[in-house]
This record gives sequence, structure tokens and C-alpha cells, in this order.
Amino acid sequence: MKAFSALPIGIFFGIVLIKSEVASWLRVRAMFRFEEAHMYLVIASAVVVGAIAIQLIKRLGLNTIAGEPVSLKAKPFTKGTIIGGVLFGMGWAITGACPGPIFAQIGSGEWMAGVTFIGVFVGAFLYAWLKPRLPH
Amino acid sequence: MMDSLLAPWPWYVAGPLIGLVVPLLLLLVGKSFGVSSSFRHLCSICLPGSKLDYLRSNDWRAESWNLLFAVGVIIGAGIAVFFLSSSPVELLPESYSNRRGALLLLVGGILVGFGTRYADGCTSGHSIMGMSSLNWPSLVATISFFAGGLFVVHIIL
Repeated sequence: MKAFSALPIGIFFGIVLIKSEVASWLRVRAMFRFEEAHMYLVIASAVVVGAIAIQLIKRLGLNTIAGEPVSLKAKPFTKGTIIGGVLFGMGWAITGACPGPIFAQIGSGEWMAGVTFIGVFVGAFLYAWLKPRLPH
Repeated sequence: MMDSLLAPWPWYVAGPLIGLVVPLLLLLVGKSFGVSSSFRHLCSICLPGSKLDYLRSNDWRAESWNLLFAVGVIIGAGIAVFFLSSSPVELLPESYSNRRGALLLLVGGILVGFGTRYADGCTSGHSIMGMSSLNWPSLVATISFFAGGLFVVHIIL
């Protein structure tokens, strides 16, 4: 049941992604070209607010609304962190979209984003297929 | 007030609002912010008989919040474009509306899908969630994202 709370939070995130133009190809390109600080400032201020919130949750010992302790699983470092990270960055620059904005582009009626979506699906499948042979 | 709501939002409004997604998901859903794993779940759902361990061992039902979140993003984006924007929102450039553009989006998408799964996270899971929890591999991931993006923009395209 609590999974359904993810729907309104997603709606909120989708609105912000479009209104901040973070899901716009031009903004992503301008970021990588160092032409404007917009994207950097959005990401940095999001991290500051997120970090403060996590510290508050930890120090106040807050539980989830369902009364469970908040679990924070740290992602481990692997070779994939760098190799996969670089490949993703290349795709981000080409498509102007990371996974969240892909859904946002589709929702805003940008039908070409459907091609990006198919690509991401294929890419995720390729990873599932090649995973046993990739260095980790 | 209405005018500033309908205009593009400045970073000091949008950034903190995105940051708030982190505690909202942790406290209301009990999950860590991240979007790219939804594609692993979609693969598991679309290929239920797959023998690939990465898809078979994936308990997507336990992570169904992730798919609901993605559906929410689609709905929210629609609301933003059709009800909260005074001028048309351009997301992809005009130059992509042809066969070459479609091919670029397909190849770029494959890199996004493969790369985020290999790196175990994207801008949400690593750059926002991971860095907010001061997890150093997420900083390495974020630097790698930028290395890849800078390479494409300055050297290839």
C-alpha cells in the first residue's frame, strides 16, 4: 500500500523536471559546454537539501510513516561505477535525458523520446545479458 | 505569483524541491531515490521467462514503487506542460526530428540503459541520493557521468 505514495511524489518530481527545464536537451548541452550554471546549481542545491534532510532523519532517529527504521543502503564501488558511469554520461549528452527526464519527456508529449526509451530498455537488457562477462 | 509559476522555475526553487524528493521517498515509501532501476524491472516484467540471472533474481514486485514513481513522472510532466506553462516547452531540438536524430536517440538511449545499470545508478540514484548520503562511490560515479558527457560534447558531436 505504501508503494502508492510513490505516485504523487513522482508527479511532483515530474512537474519540477519540466518547470526547471532539467529535462531539456538544450540545458544539458549548455551544462556540458559550461555555457550556463543552471544545471550545476539545480543539482548542487538538490544535494544540499537532500544531505540536510538525511542528517536530520539520522540525528532525530526518524522512522518511516509505516513505523519502520529508515534504511540507507550505500551503493558499493565497482569497475562499473566508472565504466558504466562514463557510458551513461555519453548517452546523457546525446539524448539530453537521464532516466527521470526520459519519462518526463514522454509525459510532455515529446514522441521522439519514445525512441530514447526503447534504447534505454535495450541497453538495460544488454547489461543483463553481458553482466556475467563484464568486469565488476 | 501566477506568472512566476507559469515561467521556467529558477534553480533556487527547482533544486531544493528536487532535494525534497529524497526525504519524501525515505519517509513515506521507505525507499532510496533512484529512477534507472525501473528499466531493470521493466525488462523483468517484459521477459518473464528469461534465464538471465540479473532479470530472474530481480524481485520487481517488492520494488513496484519504482514503477509507480515513473508513472507519476509521466503524469507530472503532462500537468507541467499542459497546465503550468505559458509558452511551448521545447525538450528535444528541432535537429533531432529526422532519421539521423532518431538513430542518435536510440544509440544514446542504449548507452543510458547499459551505463546506468552497469554503474548501478543514474543522476537520481548516484548524483542526488548517493551524494546526499555522502557515499563516495556516488561521487566517483558523478565525475564519470561528466567525463562521458564532456567527451561527447567537446570531442565527438
